[in-house]
Amino acid sequence: MLIHEPSTAVASRGQGPQHPYVAAWRAYHTALVEAGVYVGGAPLKLNDTATTVRLEQGQRRVQDGPFVEAKEQLGGFLIVELADLDAALQWAARCPAASYGTVEVRRVDEDTHETISRT
Amino acid sequence: MSDAQRAVEAVARESYGRLVAFLSARTRDVAGAEDALGDALLSALTTWPRDGVPEKPEAWLLTAARHRLVDAARKARVREEHASTVRLVLAEAGDMQPPGDFPDERLKLLFVCAHPALDPAVHTPLMLQTVLGIDAARIAQAFLVSPATMGQRLVRAKRRIRETGISFEPPSEHELPGRLGAVMEAIYAAFGIGWDEAAGAESRGRDLADEAIWLARVLRELRPDDPEIRGLLALMLHCEARRPARRDDAGRYVPLSEQDPARWSLPLLLEAERELSAAAALVRPGRFQLQAAIQSVHADRRLTGRTDWAAIADFYAALLALAPTLGARIGHAAAVAECGQPRAGERDGAAAPERDSPTAAERDGPTAALSLLDDLDVAAVRNHQPWWALRGHLLERLGRHAEAAEALDRAIGLAEDDAVRQFLLARRARLPLADG
Repeated sequence: MLIHEPSTAVASRGQGPQHPYVAAWRAYHTALVEAGVYVGGAPLKLNDTATTVRLEQGQRRVQDGPFVEAKEQLGGFLIVELADLDAALQWAARCPAASYGTVEVRRVDEDTHETISRT
Repeated sequence: MSDAQRAVEAVARESYGRLVAFLSARTRDVAGAEDALGDALLSALTTWPRDGVPEKPEAWLLTAARHRLVDAARKARVREEHASTVRLVLAEAGDMQPPGDFPDERLKLLFVCAHPALDPAVHTPLMLQTVLGIDAARIAQAFLVSPATMGQRLVRAKRRIRETGISFEPPSEHELPGRLGAVMEAIYAAFGIGWDEAAGAESRGRDLADEAIWLARVLRELRPDDPEIRGLLALMLHCEARRPARRDDAGRYVPLSEQDPARWSLPLLLEAERELSAAAALVRPGRFQLQAAIQSVHADRRLTGRTDWAAIADFYAALLALAPTLGARIGHAAAVAECGQPRAGERDGAAAPERDSPTAAERDGPTAALSLLDDLDVAAVRNHQPWWALRGHLLERLGRHAEAAEALDRAIGLAEDDAVRQFLLARRARLPLADG
């Protein structure tokens, strides 16, 4: 699940554990873990802290700021293991960000993952 | 939007199900009937603005759709397919006079949509699409599945109707109760989904809850002597009557026990009561009537100022004997929690001095309710938000605050509706916990 949030929402993260934003996320995280579907995930710092790197004809290009500017930014991601898309959508709807941002559900590309992670 | 466009929409809205039912009852091909009607509606959109809206728009659409069916059938004959369809449609084509009063076959179509040969999960979507003409994308939204998936499921179901030759004849007397039960289940499911979905939104026109009530009214018209249909209708009307009271002016969630009865819709409530007494007069109780009776007891608070929880607990006990669903068992526990408690007090005691130890009398109800909750199957309730919410509420009343916090956290994590989430968060925050 890719969590897209407006920056106003991200700004309420530092308000302490009692703040509804933090409390809701903590509860959602617990629910995922207790349901046995949580694999991993993390919140990301605001995208104005981003630094982008790419090589253009061998030349390094380093820039401050996000790769793309948008009204909502990628605020974090969650990896969950569920039987099918229907089940994933149920959990996505429960995600706090579904109420104030957008939750994008995508399947992990297992074949590619398998190929590139083979040792 | 032009007048003609509006006219097309109005006829589509009112007559879609009647037309699809009438057309498919003869061909047994719901998808074909829908395609034909779709074409007819499309040509109405080009013809009516030019030539004016016909005097009998419904008959016009029916005739146009039949022409399409005949065309389709001729093509199909070339491919030597659907021989029976061709025969039926061509036989019908003889009497093409505009049928002012064609028979209402919607009941047959409802039975087909909820046929045991079809996956129960598709009953409601199929009903919404074929009887009400709601498009697949909208239905997908309500069911929280991807639009492509919902489209495929509907197509597959309609193919199955045609290929297995599901009969459009009404079920025989002995299978009727079961078949009618499936139809009512599907309608109630549509209502429940519409209810959840529309919870937060302000008025967004007719939503699924309205559509479900409309279907139940159709069903009652077609079978006025069935008390369960009236029970179902009464149940939905009671819930619908409370819609304006479910949120306060700031959009916050208000639980039933704290709703202001003055905000309940009186006309809907009275209609619900009329349906319920008409059902009771038929003296054949059933699960929908019992659920409506529970809602009726809640509605009495408008007149008496109090809720007769003992009566509610009794109705739930009767309901559990008929249909021990998870929702009914949780509702029963909630009622039991309230019965064991003195009537006045507590409610207005939000700012009361700290009282960490409830009196023995106050413990009885919640303790009994908690053990009812514990009796439920762990796997069934693990991710069930209402179970955790009630559990948290009960533990709070018993003064077991740390456990209450844990349960409320689970309920918060499982909540989809943000108003409910915020309500639970506020509850969680007011718990007097050592760790703050």
